[in-house]
Amino acid sequence: MDNRDVTRLDVVASNASANRQPLYARRKKIFPKRASGAFRRFKWIVMAITLGIYYLVPWIRWDRGAFAPDQAVLIDLSSRRFYFFFIEIWPQEFIYIAGLLVMAGIGLFLVTSTVGRAWCGYTCPQTVWVDLFLVIERYFEGDRNARIKLDAAPWSLTKLRIRFAKHATWLVIAVLTGGAWIFYFADAPTLAKDFVTGNAVPTAYATVAILTATTYVFGGLMREQVCTYMCPWPRIQAAMLDETSLTVTYNDWRGEPRTRHAKKAAAAGASVGDCVDCNACVAVCPMGIDIRDGQQLECITCALCIDACDDIMDRIGKERGLISYSTLNDYNANMAVATAGGTSEVAPELVRKADGSFSDKLAHFHIRKLLRPRTFIYFGAWSAIGVAIVLALATRDRLEINVLHDRNPQFVRLSDGAIRNGYTVKLLNMVPQPRTVTLELDDEFSGASMTVAGSSDDGVRKTEVMLEADRLKTVRVFVKADPKALSSGGAKPFVFVVTDPSTGERAEYTATFNSPEALQ
Amino acid sequence: MSDKQVDEISGVSTTGHEWDGIRELDNPMPRWWVWTFYATILWALIYAIVYPAWPLLTSSTQGLLGFSSRSEVRKELAAADTARSSYTAAIKEKSIDDILAEDQLRSVAVAAGSAAFKMNCVQCHGSGAEGSKGFPNLNDDDWLWGGTAEQIRQTVAHGIRFTKYGETRDSIMPPFADVLDGAQISQVSAFVASLSAPAKNVELVEPGKEVYAQNCAACHGDDAKGNKEMGAPNLTDAIWLYGSGEEAIAAQVRAPRAGVMPAWETRLGDAAVKELAAFVYSLGGGEK
Repeated sequence: MDNRDVTRLDVVASNASANRQPLYARRKKIFPKRASGAFRRFKWIVMAITLGIYYLVPWIRWDRGAFAPDQAVLIDLSSRRFYFFFIEIWPQEFIYIAGLLVMAGIGLFLVTSTVGRAWCGYTCPQTVWVDLFLVIERYFEGDRNARIKLDAAPWSLTKLRIRFAKHATWLVIAVLTGGAWIFYFADAPTLAKDFVTGNAVPTAYATVAILTATTYVFGGLMREQVCTYMCPWPRIQAAMLDETSLTVTYNDWRGEPRTRHAKKAAAAGASVGDCVDCNACVAVCPMGIDIRDGQQLECITCALCIDACDDIMDRIGKERGLISYSTLNDYNANMAVATAGGTSEVAPELVRKADGSFSDKLAHFHIRKLLRPRTFIYFGAWSAIGVAIVLALATRDRLEINVLHDRNPQFVRLSDGAIRNGYTVKLLNMVPQPRTVTLELDDEFSGASMTVAGSSDDGVRKTEVMLEADRLKTVRVFVKADPKALSSGGAKPFVFVVTDPSTGERAEYTATFNSPEALQ
Repeated sequence: MSDKQVDEISGVSTTGHEWDGIRELDNPMPRWWVWTFYATILWALIYAIVYPAWPLLTSSTQGLLGFSSRSEVRKELAAADTARSSYTAAIKEKSIDDILAEDQLRSVAVAAGSAAFKMNCVQCHGSGAEGSKGFPNLNDDDWLWGGTAEQIRQTVAHGIRFTKYGETRDSIMPPFADVLDGAQISQVSAFVASLSAPAKNVELVEPGKEVYAQNCAACHGDDAKGNKEMGAPNLTDAIWLYGSGEEAIAAQVRAPRAGVMPAWETRLGDAAVKELAAFVYSLGGGEK
């Protein structure tokens, strides 16, 4: 064992259930210590990627020609279009977004059932922004001890200056966060200019103001309270974990009995676990809990305690993983080993061989343990929806026709005895180029002709219609049929066909031609 | 009330209310909640002062702001009028044919005409302008007084046999019950009916033609195609305002009915009349 002393940190896990205050008491501030290690590094990377996506995506340009915006990702609410790189979605195609949302939901199930609350610990905006705000706090106020000291110190010019700098920086980040949001809904460079010069719509300013407030309050002031008191997700996620899900676990089967004076206790012949009770895991916890109390709702599994503990284990020459990602199954198996099948207290000597290495009876995590019916079903459903969306997107129509028959009158008898029906035909040109399409009556409907209101084509079976780029065109169409050509009275189905001669795209609509029951 | 009860588990005193062994804890309200509650009370007080709130015997307090939903509606209507003013001005200024020639103006006029039609015309012509017996169907291509946009406009503006209005379209078919005898009426009815459908009483058609030439051709024309100048209907087509068939025709010859339509120019104004005409023209039967 290394002789270097591991200083015990003076820290109370204020949100641990044993120390929890009544709801009406003032919040105990938490001053998370900076952690370093593999998980911390991974969290930096995730933070950089997620924040990078959020702030930068609206600025990516994507050329769609002269008739559509050139922003890669744009939710154009005023003209009801959603652009995502080469995909353009109309409101009636919202099913694709719904599919994505279902995928996100099932994806969360999949992630949670395998790696536990990874969403909470790494990618949740609350976690990411709190992490970012803590970086700012550390930059201005120093690490844990310095922050506690500053907090306890009476107000002075220095404290005022430091605090002002911190809050001002937080506010700047909050404004940028709110600001980035609005760029998803309008052309980013134009809106940025308008916003700064005071020419943007009031909605933009209100949105930025609200998001600035929530970012600042949630990320800077409320922090872990958002997760423990406001968020429903911890409750739901807890229900989705099972005994084969990975969660951040304190392995008390090797840690207990914990002691601060391991050497002395060992010398006295007492059994000594690996935990030196240094409180490093508590000091780094942004949620203010003690992971050694076991799984708890407050734990977002950010894994910083793993980093902190591994560091200590390295220093005292023990194996890493006293706190580790572990499944409940493995934990229970190892616990059974350590307690001789539950017959005794945790005895560290039971998990180790005579030479001090771990017993062969211990269970270890293997990636294969994640493969089980539940995860397969989640993955199957998730990928099935994904494949269905891709296929549907690849084969969807970009030229559509909808026909509404006039409600009243159902038909009109003309002076020459012919029957005329009126239709409102809606032609959807869903590509960002104008085009000329042909609208025609299907061959099966013989003896009929049509007239498009406002067009000079009178009594034709086929006519050309100009469609604006990316727009719906409504035309009034009157279809006239000679009663002699109609075999019988009443309702007769027929087909409107719209074709783009240049691409061969074609869409049909089966409409009804009404005539009097007693047809003369 | 005197002895204070305390919940053993939480250490919080209870209200003393008990349901099935569960006692209600007497926790204080969260402060933000209490302050929000006070704020709503304050809001209510201010609201009651500045807005109409307290009922009096015949009216209510008016409030300091002088708000009334009626004046809000008036304001909104005025704003809508202002927003439309460029179109209404153009419609007033231009002729009906010019209005129809412009895509934008036409769609505005048709929409406005459709609204005006629902307010003023559906009572007789039906909500789909489909008409009924005695009230012309405006969808078809048979027009008593002419079906060009300008003729329709004039009909709407001046009305038909609307004697209060000097310029109204006026002409009426005289009753022939005293002029023709029963046999002649049967003959002429058979002849007229045969113009648009296979004759039932073939032997009456030839004499009927004679009767027609002497009595009817003056207005309905030698070819029986009618005369739009005087609203004389075309008797050769499939459309019959008062019913088809010899019986209905005979009744109309004996004692003709004639509808009346008010003149709308004086009631709705020039622009609305043009909008109505544009709407009726758009129904599909209008003549070029």
